[in-house]
Amino acid sequence: MPVTIKLPTVLRPHTGGEKQVEAAGGTVGEVIGDLVDRFPALEDQLFESEKSLRRFVNVYLNDDDIRYVGGLEAGVSDGDRVTILPAVAGG
Amino acid sequence: MTPEVRDQIVEHCLAGRPEEACGLLGGVVNGDTAEATVCYPGRNLAASRTLYELDPKDHLLADRHAEQHGLEIVGVFHSHTHTEAYPSPTDVARAPDPFWHYVLVSLKDDETVLRSFRIRDGQITEEQLETPTLIGEL
Repeated sequence: MPVTIKLPTVLRPHTGGEKQVEAAGGTVGEVIGDLVDRFPALEDQLFESEKSLRRFVNVYLNDDDIRYVGGLEAGVSDGDRVTILPAVAGG
Repeated sequence: MTPEVRDQIVEHCLAGRPEEACGLLGGVVNGDTAEATVCYPGRNLAASRTLYELDPKDHLLADRHAEQHGLEIVGVFHSHTHTEAYPSPTDVARAPDPFWHYVLVSLKDDETVLRSFRIRDGQITEEQLETPTLIGEL
C-alpha cells in the first residue's frame, strides 16, 4: 500500500534531495523499512538499534505521534501520511 | 526576516518569561541564506529557565502550514532569559538541522537582542540578521 513519507531538510541529503517519498508496507515500521531499503544511509540517522528509533526522531502517522498509537507496529492504510521530524531542543 | 516576524518573536519570548520560549521560522531558502516570512510560536515542554524543548505537535503543525504555503521550515528561535544571544553548549549539542538558521534572543537587558547563527558539525558561525524596513516607514 503506498504511503507518503515526508522528510525534514536534515535527512534530504540522504534521499537525493527528495522531500517526499512513496513507500509500501502494512505498518509504520514496514513503511520506514522500505524507505531505508531504498536509501540505506537513512538507517543510521533514524534507528538506534534494529527495532528502535533514535530518541531525537519524532514520527507522525497522519496527525498522531506514533508513540501513542502503537509505535512502529501501528498499522497504515493506503494514502496515509508519515511525517518524520527532528526533535527541536536546546538550552 | 520581516519586521512582523521579528516583532512576533520578541512578543513570544517576552510573554514566555521567566522561562525560555521557542518557535519555528517559515520562509524561503536562498542558497546559504533564508528569508523568514512566518513565525510559528511554540510551546516549551521543558518549561524551564535554562532549557527548551519544542512541543513536537507544534512542529508538525508548523511543518504542515509551511508546506501548504509553499514554504520551508528555515530555522528555530529561542530565548535566553539571563544570558547573551549566543548558542549554549546544549544548543550546539542538540542542533537538529545543519540547514537551519538559529535565532537567539537575549532578554537579559532592557533592550531585547536578536542574533542569528548557523550550527554545523559543532561549529557556530554568526550570520547577518537583516530586518528590511519599508522606506515609507522611515
